[in-house]
Order: sequence, then C-alpha cells, then structure tokens
Amino acid sequence: MRAFLKELTRSQVWRSIFRHGLPLSNRTRAEAVFYNFFLHLHPTKVRKRSIKYTYTWGLGGLSAGLFIVLVLTGALLMLYYRPSVQQAYNDMKDLQFVVSSGQFLRNMHRWGAHAMVAIVFLHMMRVFYTGSYRPPKEFNWVVGVVLFVISILLSYTGYLLPWDQLAYWGISVGTNMVRAVPFGIGENISFVLLGGHAVGENALVRFYVLHCFILPVSAVLFMGIHFWRVRKDGGV
Amino acid sequence: MDDSHELKSSFSRRHFLELIGLGAIGVTAAGSIVLSGEYLSPNVVKEAPMRFKIGSPETFPPGSVTLDKDHKVFIVRAKEGYFYALSAVCTHLGCIANWKADDGIVACPCHGSKFDREGRVIDGPAPRPLQRFSMSLDDLGQLVVDRSVVVGEETVLKV
Repeated sequence: MRAFLKELTRSQVWRSIFRHGLPLSNRTRAEAVFYNFFLHLHPTKVRKRSIKYTYTWGLGGLSAGLFIVLVLTGALLMLYYRPSVQQAYNDMKDLQFVVSSGQFLRNMHRWGAHAMVAIVFLHMMRVFYTGSYRPPKEFNWVVGVVLFVISILLSYTGYLLPWDQLAYWGISVGTNMVRAVPFGIGENISFVLLGGHAVGENALVRFYVLHCFILPVSAVLFMGIHFWRVRKDGGV
Repeated sequence: MDDSHELKSSFSRRHFLELIGLGAIGVTAAGSIVLSGEYLSPNVVKEAPMRFKIGSPETFPPGSVTLDKDHKVFIVRAKEGYFYALSAVCTHLGCIANWKADDGIVACPCHGSKFDREGRVIDGPAPRPLQRFSMSLDDLGQLVVDRSVVVGEETVLKV
C-alpha cells in the first residue's frame, strides 16, 4: 500500500495535478492555499478575531453552500419538469410520487430555498450588527444587497413553477402590485414580465427562464465580486 | 512652433476616427437595447378576446349572476330583466372574485374584499368598485360583451 502510494505520488499524472510536494513550511502552507483553485477563495492570512465562529456564525458560507445545493437539486428537477400549462403541475406531482427520490430532491430544493432566504437575511443582519458594512467595505454591502434581491427574486420566480392555485394567485397578486407603478410604467413592466395581460403560458416560460438561467447566472457573477472583495478585505 | 500648436488645437484625424468609432458603438448599443425591449414585449398574445358573444338573453334567468371564467366577467341579469356585465377581476390585486349566491355578494378569495351585485365595495381592501363593461345585442339577438369599453355604474342593457 505504502509502495503504491509512493508510486502514485511520483507518477506523471499526479505531479501534473499537484505540482508541489506536501507543504512542510509556513511559506509552502500559505502557497498551498494561494495556488489551489478551491482554497484561493480564502485569504492567505486572517485575523484571529474574524475566524471566531460567533463573529460571523458562518452565515455567508452557509448561504453559498445552500446556493450550491439549490443549483444541483434544481438541475436534477429540470430533467423531469416541463414549463408548460398542460404539463407543469403533473410533472411536479410525478416528481413527488413517481420519480425515484423525486420527493426528496424536490423537498431539498424547496426547503433549501426557504432556508437560503432566511440565512441570507440573517447574514445581512450579522453584517449590520458587527458594523462590517462600514468603509472601506461599503461597496461590498451594496453587492450584498443586490445578492439579497436576487435571492428573493429566485424564490419568487420558483414559486410559480408548480402551477398550482397558490402559485397562480401568488404571481397574479405580485404582478398586479407591479402595476401600481405610476405613469403606465407598471402596466408595461407587468406586460413584459408576464408576456401578456394575465398569468398564462408565456408567464410560466418567462419565470422558468428567469429562475433557471438569468437569475442564477447573475447571482454567480455578483457572488464572484462579493467573495473577491471579502477575500481582499481579509474576511474568511 | 506655430504649426505644432495648430495641430494640437485642430480637429485631428485621430479624434475624428475615434468619434466615428464611439458613435458606431453607441448607435449599435442603443439599437440593441430598443430591439431587446421590443423582443421582450410580445406582439401577439393568445388570450381570450376583449369582445365576445355569451349567448341569447333567454339563457340568463332574471335575478341571476353568472361567472364567465374564460373572460373573467359576471353576466348579471336584474329581477327587472335588464343586463349588465361586471368585471370579475378584483380591484385590489387582480384575483378572480366569486358570486356567493347564499349571501348575495361577490367575494374575492385572496384578501377578503366583498362587493354587492352592482359591483360596489361592501368590505375589504378593494379601493374601487368592479368595472362595468359595455353590453349590446348583435343582429341575431345574441348578447355581446366588450371588455375594452368601460361604462358608468348606471349603464344597463334593456332587452
């Protein structure tokens, strides 16, 4: 076994992936974090105070983790869900009662979404109470607010997709609120959002595309900026 | 000396080409924003028509309130025999209200708004009475409702 491991770590493939040996000095340990794709999200040096669990409560990391859970379960749900008026509700019911582990994945996605909204909100409160929004980090607070809004919009657009009574009237009410924007602008936003005057086939497809592509991609973009700035400011 | 000063202050070829380049980018960007906006706003929507037939007057007994779900309209026939068409779309946030025959009211399931059979608000958050749409008879004596024409509260169709 030992001989095999030694042979493995000496192989061309291994050495092309890990281009250095075990980090044995402080310098090489720092470099291991520096040059690793996954670890490079962390700064190479953090203050002892900021890794104290009760300072951050790990809420930012939990939000990011939930986002990954939601992307993975969401991608799997997309395999059985078709965004059409004829099929959407039945596909959702099939996921619950016919597809193996469908109920589990759907519930993971559903509860994960609820949890994400709650955790993102708690994260925002933590940042507020520890005063971490103050200069020079004030722009990252703005990016965070954008991410918060995207989380809410993701939650809201996902709400229509089961195409049940709750979904239908929830979206009817929400888009009618948009209509309250004055000077006819509200009517136009609502019309473009729904692709019509009432919630129907067009609205379902539009919300599906927003939910599965446009909003997640924007979230990833803003998350990139958010994490980059956290790292530059010496956060965890 | 004079020549170089003149070159600096004059409208140079480089500046001219820069302006053309930036102008082209600006025109393209503006055009793509306008075209994207137009693309997002559908030109044809397959929704129930605004003007539609609902049948002959005899099919509605006097004193009845009938909901046409497809067109979101109540066809009301008063005891005296005249007709009017009330929008079933709640004026609060757009849910479809239902006729409650037992109580003789129109009630919205979403936030509890209540209207009388004339469409006036009795209770709940609705800010305005239900809209009343134009009704008429066509050449064959069929009732026609036009949702694109909103009429006053006193307007009725006598048959």
